[in-house]
Amino acid sequence: MAMTSEMTGDRFRLSMLIYDTRYRSQTIQVVAMIGFMLLAAWLITNTVQNLSALGKPIDFSFLGEPASYDINQRLLEYTSRDTHLRASVLGLINTLLVAAMGCVTATIVGGMVGILRLSRNWLISRLMAIYVEGFRNVPVLLWIILVMALMIESLPAPRAFRGENATASLQVFDSVAITNRGVYIPEPLFSRGLGDVSVFGAFSISLDLIVFLAVLGAGIWAAAWVRKRADRIQDSTGVRPVTWWQRIGLIVIPPVIVLTALGFQLGLPALKGFNFAGGIYMRNSLIALWLALSLYTAAFIAETVRGGILAISKGQTEAAAALGLRPRRIMGLVILPQALRVIIPPLISQYLNLTKNSSLAIAVGYMDITGTLGGITMNQTGRELECILLLMLCYLALSLGISAVLNWYNERVKLKER
Amino acid sequence: MAGTSFVRKELMGQTPPPMTSAGIIGWLRQNLFGSWMNSVLTILSVGFIAIILWEVLPWIVRSSWTASSLRECREAIDLAWGDHVDGACWAVIRERYLQLIYGFYPSEQYWRANLAFILLLVSLAPILFPALPRQMLWFSAAFPFLCFWLLWGGTLWLPIVAALGFAVGYLAFIAANRAAGQLAGAIAALLAPVVWWIWLAAPVSRGLDSVIGIGIEPVESAKFGGFMLSVTIGITGIALSLPIGILLALGRQSGLVILKSLCVGFIEFIRGVPLITLLFVASTLLNIFMPPGTNFDIILRVVIMVTLFSSAYMAEVIRGGLAALPKGQFEAADSLGLDYWKRQRLVIMPQALKISIPAIVGNFIGLFKDTTLVSIIGLLDPIGLTNNIRADVNWNGIVWELYGFIALLFFIFCFSMSRYSMYLERKLNTDHR
Amino acid sequence: MKRTLYIGAVAAGMMTAGVAVAGTLEDVQAKGHVQCGVSTGLVGFAAADADGNWHGFDVAVCRAVAAAVIGDSQAVKFTPTTGKTRFTALSSGEIDMLARNTTWTYSRDVDLKLTFVGINYYDGQGFMVPAGLGVGSATDLDGATVCIQTGTTTELNLADFFRSNNISYEPVPIETNAEAQQQYLAGACDVYTTDRSGLAATRASFENPADHVILPEIISKEPLGPLVRHGDDHWADAVRWVLNALISAEELGITSGNLAEMAAGTNNPEINRLMGTEGDLGGMLGLDKEWAQRAIAAGGNYGEIFEAHIGESTAIGLARGLNAQWSDGGLIYSPPFR
Repeated sequence: MAMTSEMTGDRFRLSMLIYDTRYRSQTIQVVAMIGFMLLAAWLITNTVQNLSALGKPIDFSFLGEPASYDINQRLLEYTSRDTHLRASVLGLINTLLVAAMGCVTATIVGGMVGILRLSRNWLISRLMAIYVEGFRNVPVLLWIILVMALMIESLPAPRAFRGENATASLQVFDSVAITNRGVYIPEPLFSRGLGDVSVFGAFSISLDLIVFLAVLGAGIWAAAWVRKRADRIQDSTGVRPVTWWQRIGLIVIPPVIVLTALGFQLGLPALKGFNFAGGIYMRNSLIALWLALSLYTAAFIAETVRGGILAISKGQTEAAAALGLRPRRIMGLVILPQALRVIIPPLISQYLNLTKNSSLAIAVGYMDITGTLGGITMNQTGRELECILLLMLCYLALSLGISAVLNWYNERVKLKER
Repeated sequence: MAGTSFVRKELMGQTPPPMTSAGIIGWLRQNLFGSWMNSVLTILSVGFIAIILWEVLPWIVRSSWTASSLRECREAIDLAWGDHVDGACWAVIRERYLQLIYGFYPSEQYWRANLAFILLLVSLAPILFPALPRQMLWFSAAFPFLCFWLLWGGTLWLPIVAALGFAVGYLAFIAANRAAGQLAGAIAALLAPVVWWIWLAAPVSRGLDSVIGIGIEPVESAKFGGFMLSVTIGITGIALSLPIGILLALGRQSGLVILKSLCVGFIEFIRGVPLITLLFVASTLLNIFMPPGTNFDIILRVVIMVTLFSSAYMAEVIRGGLAALPKGQFEAADSLGLDYWKRQRLVIMPQALKISIPAIVGNFIGLFKDTTLVSIIGLLDPIGLTNNIRADVNWNGIVWELYGFIALLFFIFCFSMSRYSMYLERKLNTDHR
Repeated sequence: MKRTLYIGAVAAGMMTAGVAVAGTLEDVQAKGHVQCGVSTGLVGFAAADADGNWHGFDVAVCRAVAAAVIGDSQAVKFTPTTGKTRFTALSSGEIDMLARNTTWTYSRDVDLKLTFVGINYYDGQGFMVPAGLGVGSATDLDGATVCIQTGTTTELNLADFFRSNNISYEPVPIETNAEAQQQYLAGACDVYTTDRSGLAATRASFENPADHVILPEIISKEPLGPLVRHGDDHWADAVRWVLNALISAEELGITSGNLAEMAAGTNNPEINRLMGTEGDLGGMLGLDKEWAQRAIAAGGNYGEIFEAHIGESTAIGLARGLNAQWSDGGLIYSPPFR
């Protein structure tokens, strides 16, 4: 480049914008930028024109108006008099809930299936292969609908629990009710509870929960400290002090004390009126969506896990075996830690897929953000542009957030290449 | 002592392996009951399979194929298998399978859809199986026009004239290249076809049609439905997204900051939002983005959004292919003195695309499955059709038969494609090592 | 894989076709078909059969319009719409009219800029419960799980009703009638609420309809009718008066059976005006004189359409009730043809 500049001399000519490699890339960029801006301007003018013709200019004030519809799964307080904005926030929380539940379950199931698919047991590995292929090759929407239909059709209705000759009964020591409306599990109740604390007046959090989590967290931290100390002693003296009872004690005893102090008891579901009352109610839509999403994603994760394990060279297994490790410890100490590095990047994209697929909640009537903001709110207000814009922004923020966190984790566990 | 020896002189006759390690028993022991844990797992799985079959098989077998409504179906099953037997009513599939496959496409025109599908396979063959003669690629290039004409019908001149756009672009390139140099040639090659398609193609084709009318009966896209709709959206989306994806991937790889950030922004935006929101855009907003008065078909709108969606994923696939190429290839191409486009066209892309084919097929499978989402915005794809069929008084209340049939068809489609992609991956892998 | 070409081909084929300039009526006549938005499938109101032909009460209105303005009752193209897409499809010009049992409300008329041209079915939201539950009134439903069809006014009415009666409920929003029915039958919800016509249609399709009761409460007014875009009065008039012609025809005793006889001329001037043998009502609308004859010939008069698709002789078995002619004690009433 230095040569060309000497050869072309010092005078700048317009044609150099095109023919001189120093400027050409800039020219291309400027042209691209102008093109992009023209396109954007064109789209925006069209939109503004069309919207003014329709008589609904862009206006987000509808978010402050009463939503006037009800949401069944409310993790925050909500009534039909609350605003559309609050309804959207509730929807977002429901999305987060099912995504988080789905990711955890999918990882567990996927990891197990991935390992079992490599099992030497012919039947098991075939069965897992059928599971993986079956779930991977049928659309997730169909799975969601099918799981929902299966729940509705095959589980007993709350009616079946009623009366002298009830055809269904509670499970697990009469504490869990499995119905086709969902599953009721026992809920924690506190007879001497501390009440709720309001956050910015927008929603309230149970103080009991905060105290319990704080104590539990402190216990875990203390246990970790004890373990580190044991490590240090082992490093310096070669003898590892026995600490497992200290650690278990630190984790278990303080929470138990807190729970007793708060008067902890289990609230069991009981048939009352049309439905069960008491207990935590997991709706059939939540369960169907959660199961279908996690089983579907687990099939992909299983393949990732299997691929990750197969990617570790056989020498590693043999070397570990030569050290005298048992097969399960080989898997746990040698293969999986290495495979994890291969597995994590595709795992991140599976988590993102699951989160995005949770928008199919609409098919089973789970009130996630697509169901509230992108569903009923959009329907009732007729503000398509604003609703879809907000909806996309929410999902975008969610996706970018998840991938940022997981990529940060991935950076940490990645093999540092030197 | 001389006669005694402790050494066996002749070989002992071979005994067969013990009963427990040979034949079926041996196989069972090794593969199913190798250890305590294995045995438990095996028994559990056998039990699981048995329960599933016990529940499902009788339902599948005790069925009715001939009834014309759900009520008749139930009566027929009661009559044949005794009262209160739950059986499948396959009659609904018998009555509606054509609709589930072709949607509302006129039945006397089914051959067109079939032919288009067969030709699709033929046109894909040279891309997927490199052993076939390269001349077949010409057919692959012509196929989109042929397919469009076969499916939508109308005058044959429209696709021909549309295809001529490329010839126009090529001619413009040659002419402008001679007259004003390479860059002018490139610009002309871009602009001329656009001008041709937007302003000239329609009148020219109409003119030609009025002179020599060759055409088949037009079918509007509202009649598309069922699997045909899924396949149409899927194939069009993936095919259109390939060139866009290549450009996006190149843009993302390039050192031009603005260009790169535009591409990255687009890719990450599309990958960050669920397809369903893009379909909402297609169904409610796309017309608002266009000049006032413009109004086009919902299927075209869906195809546009699906293409945008798929091109972001395609870009990432191709980026993967580019990243997998050894750096030496880029350097070698540079050292030959090739310019950017020649380098891409002659050296980089052929290799990168070849490596990417399995991933592209994977992308296609994903997209094909995702086409079921169009049922949420009211298009009558197979899942949308189930709703419509269940709204028919005769079939009100039917569930499993329809979903089962659709799931089976999707499985056959996607499974065979994924098998193919695995075969390809293995083949490509050996090529490399 | 050079499929880029699709853009050109498809765009050239479709974009040029759809640029609307003139009024909708002229547009419709020029393109030779009415683009009619219907439901994706609702028993009795709109459903496609195995050959892809649409039938139903709403569909019949579209066919009558097509017969009147184009002259061919088959010149209708149906666009299935969901609760979400129906209004945008109409306001963006994708469809010319919407006949998808849509409730006429203030905000839809005024805020969404739509024009309801009339009412072809007077409905109201009701509740259906299994008879075994022993519920006699909707106010007994405290704590019940209620299946609702989302994307409609139903969910708003429901929230208002339970709130004003100060009782709690558990809403289960469901996208389609078919799924709601499935959940209700399996006992996943205690109550199914939607328009009473829909309830009756759903109940009629059950194996044992007698096991289910429709509660007496009607918690809302649901006047359902076809609608068009704001701002094209000419087209709105055409659709409005086709609907009125069907209604008047029943009132005047014109059926598809005696149509030829009536068209030959009668002593009743209103019949003659409607049939086009006297005056030129069609000309005022920009149509020919026989427009109403064709509209009636397409599927019969209002009463015949009602009987054919949702009436008591069908599996749905709705009684005329509010939808009887005003002269029979109903609300169906057409302004005079004069």
